[in-house]
Amino acid sequence: MNSNTLWLIGRRLGAAIVALLIVSMVVFAITAVLPGDAAQQSLGQFATPEQVAALRLKLGLDQPGVLRYLHWLMNLLSGDMGLSVSNAMPVTELMAGRVPNTLMLAAATALVSVPVALVLGIGSAMGRGGRIDSFLSFFTLAMVAVPEFLVATLAVLIFAVNLGWLSALSYASDITSPWQFMRTYALPVMTLCCVIVAQMSRMTRAAVIDQLDSPYVEMARLKGVSPMRIVLRHALPNAIGPIANAIALSLSYLLGGVVIVETIFNYPGIASLMVDAVTNRDMALVQACTMLFCTAYLGLVLIADLCAILSNPRLRNQ
Amino acid sequence: MTDNKIDSPLISGQDSMRVFEGLNRGMSRRNALQMLGVAGVAAVGAGSLFGAAGKLFADEAATPGKGKPGGRIRVAGMSSSTADTLDPAKGALSTDYARHYMFYNGLTRFDPHLVPQLELAERIDNTDATLWTITLRKDVTFHNGKTLSAADVVFSLSRHKDPLTGSKVMPLMEQFVEIKATGTNEVQIRLSAPNAELPSILAVSHLLIVPEGTTDFNAGVGTGPFKVKEFKPGVRSVAVRNTGYWKPGLPYLDEIEFIAIGDEASRVNALLSGDVHMINEVNPRSTTRIKASAKHRVVDAPSGNYTDLIIRQDQMPGKSAEFTQAMKHLMDREQIKSAVFRGFAVVGNDHPIAPGSRYYNADLPQTVYDPEKAKFLLKKAGMESISMPLVASPAATGSVDIAVLLQQSAKQAGLKLDVNRLPSDGYWSNHWMKHPLSFGNINPRPNADVMFSQFFQSKAPWNESGWQNDQFDQLLMLARGETDDAKRSKMYADMQTLVHDHCGIGVPVFISNIDGVDQRIKGYGSNPLGGFMGYMFAEQVWLDA
Repeated sequence: MNSNTLWLIGRRLGAAIVALLIVSMVVFAITAVLPGDAAQQSLGQFATPEQVAALRLKLGLDQPGVLRYLHWLMNLLSGDMGLSVSNAMPVTELMAGRVPNTLMLAAATALVSVPVALVLGIGSAMGRGGRIDSFLSFFTLAMVAVPEFLVATLAVLIFAVNLGWLSALSYASDITSPWQFMRTYALPVMTLCCVIVAQMSRMTRAAVIDQLDSPYVEMARLKGVSPMRIVLRHALPNAIGPIANAIALSLSYLLGGVVIVETIFNYPGIASLMVDAVTNRDMALVQACTMLFCTAYLGLVLIADLCAILSNPRLRNQ
Repeated sequence: MTDNKIDSPLISGQDSMRVFEGLNRGMSRRNALQMLGVAGVAAVGAGSLFGAAGKLFADEAATPGKGKPGGRIRVAGMSSSTADTLDPAKGALSTDYARHYMFYNGLTRFDPHLVPQLELAERIDNTDATLWTITLRKDVTFHNGKTLSAADVVFSLSRHKDPLTGSKVMPLMEQFVEIKATGTNEVQIRLSAPNAELPSILAVSHLLIVPEGTTDFNAGVGTGPFKVKEFKPGVRSVAVRNTGYWKPGLPYLDEIEFIAIGDEASRVNALLSGDVHMINEVNPRSTTRIKASAKHRVVDAPSGNYTDLIIRQDQMPGKSAEFTQAMKHLMDREQIKSAVFRGFAVVGNDHPIAPGSRYYNADLPQTVYDPEKAKFLLKKAGMESISMPLVASPAATGSVDIAVLLQQSAKQAGLKLDVNRLPSDGYWSNHWMKHPLSFGNINPRPNADVMFSQFFQSKAPWNESGWQNDQFDQLLMLARGETDDAKRSKMYADMQTLVHDHCGIGVPVFISNIDGVDQRIKGYGSNPLGGFMGYMFAEQVWLDA
């Protein structure tokens, strides 16, 4: 790693802070525009005006939006994420209960999906235009096209209700043995794999094919290098940049975008926490979740770029 | 009227059933009492239909020793979020109520026919239905070992009057002028005006009793049948048996895990796959799937919950009595019952008292679907071919489907309705009661008085249609202070007639609650208050595995 790379990391970190700040402002503004506020949501259908007024005063909702935002920002800088409006628990405590679950699901899914996607992508690139390639293309496109709620619901109907092999619900808290882990995670991981394997393998295929079309691969082929060696030794290292980016995008989806899977399997992850937060107009919690997603996304993209640079001597030594 | 003692052993469970069935057939309350051979009781007043404290168990399905102790079940409710609370005052959803009844007790408790029974109260006396004296049981302790005392009751009731508590029943509690301890086990309540229905008000889940001075409710310390082992808002709660529970032999279960699955299809799947033992809010469309399983059953519980058409009376076109009447005739109730609710509903008659409830007026002629008459009425009002927006939302159960049916029938009368479907999010704060034609949804209330006071009285904040009727308001006040049950019954019947004839509310059907239950769960019944046996299943069911 040289000064060039370090400079890149430094610049990215600076940009990330600016991005986070802008995102927090936009989210704050959008949440403020939503109909109803935390006091009304919390008191519900049968609130009286005095109650709403009293609760607004207690929650500080009577202050102008800009002031509330600055107040939140100051607290954040001093390390205080604030209290959740809906149940007066610290936001950090609520997040701490959910983040490990989300990371566990993301890790399990990544562990299964990334190798499968790479093998499928490289395999179809090697047999481009052939029978395997057409089959895999058809299969992966079909997977992308089928919405995940359908995959999830069908999977539950078949494996949990009819066959009774797996659990229809996924609890992170009840796991004591590897067998239970498998039973619990099999369905959600399978559903998520259906979605992201397809995306990643399509990207891998495109990146590898791009390299296989280049003159240096043709040269290698003319020299009689074996197809396997061409792909793994010559083409793949050059394709790592785009592949890493595709994987990073898919993984960032796993961290914040799996609301449907969390809902269907009743999995207590961070995405459904954020949905609750928005429904309850729970500003501190919405902001904390947003910051987390945004940071994870920026971090993953940065790692992907670093992978691309470090795997490529030309970029590395520029 | 002087002090009424209402602790004499009056009615057994079977008698109570007999009376309830009788009332369902349209028998008057006085007849019902005569049937029991206790005609003298009629003079005592409505709130007095208590069994004695000693007869408490006879009135409920769960007689000690009847069920099988032990076992762990998992129950899935319909909604859960980080707003889940163990503070009874803030309870907003079925999930909250079900949890509250696990951990807390009230002074009184509703039986399956919504008649209040004594719970933490040993006896309740009153003078002119205004000054109430409540004597507490002496053998009750909280989960933390503290003995129940009058101070706890005073604290639990008084906190609702502070707007900062965020109580869901604050308006109901305004009539409690004074709540004070008159002894270690005696509480005195002075009401601003007579209200013979106090015992049934004390049974609502929001008024469950918490220890004095509680500020953090997440520990769930109460006197109830279960103790909190784990409570994570939006995730789950685990309740373990309270071994020192004051009702001998109860509860049966060792542990109840309570979760919520928001997606209805997933909830039914979880039941059918054996992951949970009990679910509520089953869509009528899913009942065939549950019935097809030998291991499960559907529990159909008629309730007082209704989705109503709101025709604002303070603006056009609702100002026209003919228009309002026409709209009521345009609702095809049988079709709504069969098409929208697949038969899991009871036809309503444009007033909020469900058939089978106390004080239901069975003599009132049923409003029928009659587009011809509606057309005539609209013509008379000079509104034959007007076009109106009709606001509906998934927030009000079934209202979007009802609106579409109404749109079709309105066409036949020449009225053009544009269904304006709004999202659930923010519906109650921004749209409910704010359009000339819209829908609302009202959950069952503990008694007719609360229902009428909250939603039909001229000055009520949730007078949905903005209806003003002096005669109705006077009747309401008179009924509240009337301790002669036959007279009260007549007044409530008259009030139903007034609402039926003049108010801008159309009640097409009362929506039944549908639960899905594992066959191994025994002792499961129904309660008009809501699913999960009126949210009170925890103490009464057992697992026969």
